[in-house]
Amino acid sequence: MHDHWEHFEHGADVGVRGIAATKAGAFEQAALALTAVVTDPRNVANRRAVDIDCQAPDDELLLAHWLNALVSEMATRRMLFGLFDVKLDGHRLHARAFGETASVARHKPAVEVKGATCTELRVAPFDGGWLAQTIVDV
Amino acid sequence: MDTGSLIRRAPCVWEIAREGAMRVPVLIYASEPLVRAMDDKVRLQACNVATLPGIVGASTAMPDAHWGYGFPIGGVAAFDADAGGVVSAGGVGFDISCGVRCLLTGMRRDDVMPLQQRLADMLFAHIPAGVGSTGHIKLGSEAMEAMLSGGARWAVAQGWGRAADLERTEERGQMLHAKPRWVSIQARRRQREEMGTLGSGNHYLEVQEVVEVFDADAAAAFELRVGDVVVMIHCGSRGLGHQIGSEFLLRMAAEAPGHGLRLPDRELACAPIRSDLGQEYLGAMRAAINCALANRQILTHLVREVFADLLPAADLRLLYDVSHNTCKLETHRVGGRPRELYVHRKGATRALGPGHADLPAALRTAGQPVLIGGSMGTGSYVLAGTAQSEALAFASACHGAGRAMSRHQALQTWQGRAVIDELAARGILVRSPSARGIAEEAPLAYKDVGEVVDAAQAAGLARKVARLAPLVCVKG
Repeated sequence: MHDHWEHFEHGADVGVRGIAATKAGAFEQAALALTAVVTDPRNVANRRAVDIDCQAPDDELLLAHWLNALVSEMATRRMLFGLFDVKLDGHRLHARAFGETASVARHKPAVEVKGATCTELRVAPFDGGWLAQTIVDV
Repeated sequence: MDTGSLIRRAPCVWEIAREGAMRVPVLIYASEPLVRAMDDKVRLQACNVATLPGIVGASTAMPDAHWGYGFPIGGVAAFDADAGGVVSAGGVGFDISCGVRCLLTGMRRDDVMPLQQRLADMLFAHIPAGVGSTGHIKLGSEAMEAMLSGGARWAVAQGWGRAADLERTEERGQMLHAKPRWVSIQARRRQREEMGTLGSGNHYLEVQEVVEVFDADAAAAFELRVGDVVVMIHCGSRGLGHQIGSEFLLRMAAEAPGHGLRLPDRELACAPIRSDLGQEYLGAMRAAINCALANRQILTHLVREVFADLLPAADLRLLYDVSHNTCKLETHRVGGRPRELYVHRKGATRALGPGHADLPAALRTAGQPVLIGGSMGTGSYVLAGTAQSEALAFASACHGAGRAMSRHQALQTWQGRAVIDELAARGILVRSPSARGIAEEAPLAYKDVGEVVDAAQAAGLARKVARLAPLVCVKG
């Protein structure tokens, strides 16, 4: 399986989807899809690392918590992230997000993400690997 | 949406009868073309809302309704706490108390147009807009606490506005019963540098011209004449509201089974109003309403500074400030008797009718100004509340045009620079830090706001007063 991310259609907001060989990889790809709502993740240099820990009662809420934690870190640190290393232990997540301070001139950020919703929220086996997706409010 | 399964009660009133777990019917207020253009998810979500405990009357959808999360955007639903009613974070939305305010300027088109370019540039330079922008005001912990309790009233006390502004703001500028103690540290951290910022996405600040008057008496009461210039500001509670919405949505989803709530879909996450979680959310959400009111008040001050420099004869007075993402405890007559209800408006504007005691004296005869934002190219509307709106939808009306296509589709269809040039050729100057953001917000990505307000008027939710056309648009 080729790990990748994609956006899917929602009338007013944006669907983010990660597909990967492992569940942790799907969470990493979903995070890249989140960054891509704001800017092209390929243009984000991985200069600084931020550690993120979260937990939830199940996989799906864990995905929403993970994405919300990233939204919050992006907002308070004025950063964008382009690389993620996620480790899952049951319904606990430990991750390191790599990125840099956001630059309007270089990143041309399109829109800020407000948060992850429970709409179309799904973490499930998919095509021999894993899929992790939800709608984010922008 | 297929109209085949809907019961048409009037030209712009459609009913979905109770079935299955629905406790009340669904009412959709829209013209046939607007209903046909609505996503089927609007029907599903409105029906899901109708299953929630304690819902009263009907689950209603406004003419601009579209697919949201849990509730449709453009959804209105009222809940009775005494009947086990619930409060829903998704029923309010992440941008808590997102809303619109309209400032009269005392200027005419001919006064402003010679300075249009400079006005656009100065507003863009002075108003922090776009992703990651920060304001000039940094809130320490004491000031944060005061802002969360005081709203626009706090902002005016700091010197960012006039006492008269508060009379023209919902809740007189201060949402009572806010409980800042339920606002998390992370939410406060997100807001520390975001006071007086516009945000991004569909938020904007526009200088507009009144181009058409439909109701001369109401327009006179609102002091709107053809050729007058006004300023419209659309934004909300910024990072603080987003964080509160995100946190409580997930808590409600996780804790719903513990409250005995069997939800048709997790996205409908809610909590009983009388539960600890319900009360914590209401306290934090009201603090976020105060944050939004304070934010729009500070933006008003910044706009006044620009006008004072460029057009010193201008006198910017607030026509009205309305929020369209809220849950408020209100008294409504249902079945002939007054009831205390928690009215959720997700992408819907409160629209108090003529004579309502909460309206300032100068507006009481005409009814509440209902401010409807369109798109950069099509303009906006000022409506007025009607006497029958309370019976139709707990005194509510639409809030905007609603998107006609997704952001992704818009990005595939337009380029930001071309949109800016095309609008400039039509006399509309757009300033934004993001060309991609402009493409995503292209005028044709939205439905025709004229159709939406016509349907709102035909349904009796509100009546048209004036149409406004943009001259300058600052987008986040």
